Amino acid sequence: MSGAFRIPSAGRLKQAKTARFSFDGQSYAGIEGDTLASALLANGVHLVGRSFKYHRPRGILSAGAEEPNALVEIKRDAARKTPNVRATVQELYDGLAAQSQNRWPSLSFDVGAVNDLASPLFSAGFYYKTFMWPKAAWKSLYEPKIRAAAGLGVSPDQPDPDHYSSRYAHCDVLVLGGGAAGIAAALAAAETGVRVILADEQAEFGGSLRFETGARIDGQDGFAWAQAAIARLQGMDNVRVLSRTTAFGYYAQNFVGLVERISDHLSAPGHDLPRERLWQVRAKRVVLASGAIERHMVFADNDRPGIMLAGAARTYLNHYGVAVGKNVGVYTANDSAYAAAIDLKKAGVNVAAIVDLRDHPTGPVIDEARALGIEVNFGRAVIRAGGKLRVSSMTVQPKNGGGERTIPVDAILMSAGWTPSVHLFSQSRGKVAFNDETKRFVPGTYAQDCASVGACNGTDGLSATIDEAYAAGEKAAKDADAKTAKGNKPKVDASESWSRGMLGAAPGAGPDTTVKAFVDFQNDVTAKDIRQAVHEGMRSIEHVKRFTTNGMATDQGKTSNMHGLAIAAETLGKPIPEVGLTTFRAPYTPVTFGAIVSHARGPLFDPTRKTAIHRWAEAQGAVFEDVGQWKRAWYFPKAGDDMHAAVDRECVAVRKTAGLFDASTLGKIEVVGPDAAKFMELLYTNPWEKLEPGRCRYGIMLREDGFIYDDGVVGRLAPDRFHVTTTTGGAPRVMNHMEDYLQTEFPHLNVWLTSITEQWAVIAVQGPKSRDIIAPLVEGIDMSDEALPHMSVREGKICGVPTRLFRMSFTGERGFEVNVPADYGQAVWEALWAEGQKHGAAAYGTEAMHVLRAEKGYIIVGQDTDGTVTPNDAGLDWAVGKKKADFVGIRGMARPDLVAKGRKQLVGLKTKDPKVVLEEGAQIVEDPKQAIPMKMIGHVTSSYWSENCGRSIALALVAGGRDRMGDTLYVPMPNGVIEVEVSGMVFFDETGGRLNG
Amino acid sequence: MLLIRCPYCEEERPELEFRNAGEAHIARSANISGESDDDFEKFFFIRSNPKGIIYERWRHMHGCARFFNAVRDTVTDKFIMTYKAGEPKPSKLPGVAK
Repeated sequence: MSGAFRIPSAGRLKQAKTARFSFDGQSYAGIEGDTLASALLANGVHLVGRSFKYHRPRGILSAGAEEPNALVEIKRDAARKTPNVRATVQELYDGLAAQSQNRWPSLSFDVGAVNDLASPLFSAGFYYKTFMWPKAAWKSLYEPKIRAAAGLGVSPDQPDPDHYSSRYAHCDVLVLGGGAAGIAAALAAAETGVRVILADEQAEFGGSLRFETGARIDGQDGFAWAQAAIARLQGMDNVRVLSRTTAFGYYAQNFVGLVERISDHLSAPGHDLPRERLWQVRAKRVVLASGAIERHMVFADNDRPGIMLAGAARTYLNHYGVAVGKNVGVYTANDSAYAAAIDLKKAGVNVAAIVDLRDHPTGPVIDEARALGIEVNFGRAVIRAGGKLRVSSMTVQPKNGGGERTIPVDAILMSAGWTPSVHLFSQSRGKVAFNDETKRFVPGTYAQDCASVGACNGTDGLSATIDEAYAAGEKAAKDADAKTAKGNKPKVDASESWSRGMLGAAPGAGPDTTVKAFVDFQNDVTAKDIRQAVHEGMRSIEHVKRFTTNGMATDQGKTSNMHGLAIAAETLGKPIPEVGLTTFRAPYTPVTFGAIVSHARGPLFDPTRKTAIHRWAEAQGAVFEDVGQWKRAWYFPKAGDDMHAAVDRECVAVRKTAGLFDASTLGKIEVVGPDAAKFMELLYTNPWEKLEPGRCRYGIMLREDGFIYDDGVVGRLAPDRFHVTTTTGGAPRVMNHMEDYLQTEFPHLNVWLTSITEQWAVIAVQGPKSRDIIAPLVEGIDMSDEALPHMSVREGKICGVPTRLFRMSFTGERGFEVNVPADYGQAVWEALWAEGQKHGAAAYGTEAMHVLRAEKGYIIVGQDTDGTVTPNDAGLDWAVGKKKADFVGIRGMARPDLVAKGRKQLVGLKTKDPKVVLEEGAQIVEDPKQAIPMKMIGHVTSSYWSENCGRSIALALVAGGRDRMGDTLYVPMPNGVIEVEVSGMVFFDETGGRLNG
Repeated sequence: MLLIRCPYCEEERPELEFRNAGEAHIARSANISGESDDDFEKFFFIRSNPKGIIYERWRHMHGCARFFNAVRDTVTDKFIMTYKAGEPKPSKLPGVAK
């Protein structure tokens, strides 16, 4: 048995296939094809959750994506916990385990419901007002308490074990929504032969044909026609049919995001299946067939479990074979709820009364209801619902006042009318227009190549809908380049039709009342809250929305927006179109992070770059650091070494014998062409024309504003060929900067730029023994100081492979940088390593590299400079060509502020206590006894323990620093003030003799 | 995601392949070092930031890598046209009322 409220004669599910499931630990049975909501209702369960703010008992309002109340947690295992799943769209599977949310200790007895009694405290904007004092309590007390008490589901606390997939797709016509309109449009387009994608969020296509028993198309029942049409579309090569697929976002130029749910409805999804698939579709034309959403009636206590939309009750009966009650009342302001009453009555459910707000409605459904013996009351309102955990009665009163009558019921079906679903149209930046006659916003001005058809376009009646949709499908195909059209338009034999209804609060919940008549169920916003927001000065609907949070929950106000707008407009005394709609934003329904992120997580989040020598360093036990996307060997600890011991040992070895360093990550750009030197003159501050081939120069690159942008050693290999090195992190932006000037400012120069970073592995060999290590492996290069002086470059062979051998130093020692094709990087490294072992050489990492260069006062762009440092500030005036007429930054460098006195200049700092190592970033003051806030005159940019100097060393940017040599300054720290002395930047081998040592 | 037509590739490609490179038609003076402070300020710091039609530079970074110019409406985000670097500012814009 799949529930006491299942009616065997009704619905489309096959009774044979039972699915067991649990809700809050209690076991139930449902039928395959049920949603969790329909299966719960079949078992008579209406109470499924507690509300956000007041913790009021809540039931199932709808039968679709618009559901604001029935949010549950679905738990497959500890890591697969999904909060805030709408029970109305979650398909049932055998073994499904669901939990209610936002209640403690239990759903039927919830301590938090005290908030309901204290609701005067929690009215609109309460968090802006009630918890303002004392100020400090907001962060420590109020916010954590409010967050714990409010809120809905709980996020999973383990990594998501599921995988997701992502696809791009292109099509001629994308049809969004698979009801009668969408199917008709897809048929029309598909029959012309163009590429069509049809998507619908439901498991089965048909839209409102699921409940409209009066629809007949091409001689068959509407829903059966829909299934046949879908089968035909699925059989066509040019059509892709996507069920369980929500179009959540409509972006520029017909770019639409869809998410397809693949395994959330399966009892035991295979590991090969992704959980969801993200479709990023670019369509030539889009047809929007998103339908309409029924509105609830706004009356006192309209949120009691058992009170639901009439169309939802009809869906549960006609599709799922479930009666939502045994004795139902109906409260309506339009015809559509009559059809629900009629269907339920015919299925054997007692309909206690229909309460119709309208004075004198007429029509066949009203006659039919009367003929079935249903009591019909006109001009009356339901002013209150009775019951707490389940509705027990409705109290009826003539809408202009008068005697009350209370009718016992166990469910109330309500309909205030239907709101065209213009979300996607609005996301496409189309402008909606208000139809004053039907009181609804419909698509007005289009911003993209799309068309709205059917209920979302405000088109009433199945016949008119199919005419419109079929024509739109044909036109979309034609506009997207269809050759011939040759379809057969479906013929509507019978249809249901309704429109109109009401917006805003019903009588009994008007401005003179204080009742809780809910507008937005999910955020607990009442009609009173919206009026209060207007009274407190909110004039714009956007302000009303944010002050009350109306429409801001995960349901995005699908049922509440129009009511909220109408109440605000009434309170403001303005017509609705003057107040205007709030903006519809993506996503239409919540989208998982998993679907958006897909495979781009963990190691695939960002590419990892490894040098040719990476594996050797790894085998040696190197500790790596991330430098941009690169993994760089940071230091090489030996057994028992901490980082400091390793770095000290590496630094000493380099100056004593030699060290090998993997410098492959350095950016490298080849600048080639007849005008290469002219180009270099313009891009770097230095002069290049007279640099002899075979020689190197330290180059500084500025931005146009005169600040240092990058630096590096440049070798001139030939008159028309420069091998430029850049900082590791700066390589891409330097290349972009060079290309920009070459292509747009200096296009007359005949120069080619090529990134060669990845092509050359670079092995720095530094130290007094460096030449001894390299020389035995080199062919064709004279390694003597006369033939290969400091700052020169030669091409030849090493270990039999081509090399660009630089004699240069970033340590102050005699040094070389051996460039070899990256494929040979590890082999050459290993050969050099073997030679190095004969001399006691060590491998050193980036930390030792930093210390060694700081001992010599060599700067690192981006560490000792920060984008506001000029060459002069960094003490690099010598590298600026004084006779040059132009280079990038020449004018910026001359700006008044950049030549003013008192600029921060790069200097050395020595702590008075040589054992104290300053913190990088620490601020520097002249007088540590001054009042706080102290005047800061600079900061520490680099700071290390130098084993070679036997003391700490630091570089700092200090205002007027070069005029302060020998002065004592102070670095105030939490544990006391550190005294420092301003010094030059070179701490080791001031004369530079070791370059040739 | 926008589609941008690269005037060199002569193809519409997704926005992901491109990088914006700031306002277009701001010429660097051939005698930049002789410029006054005011002129340099205008050249380097001042940008038009209009509501509506903007002329800007884009680079087909993950494609042909060329810089080119584009006309875009900052209200609708729509690209009105693109043209090669060095070509003059178009006097007539397709589909835009004067």
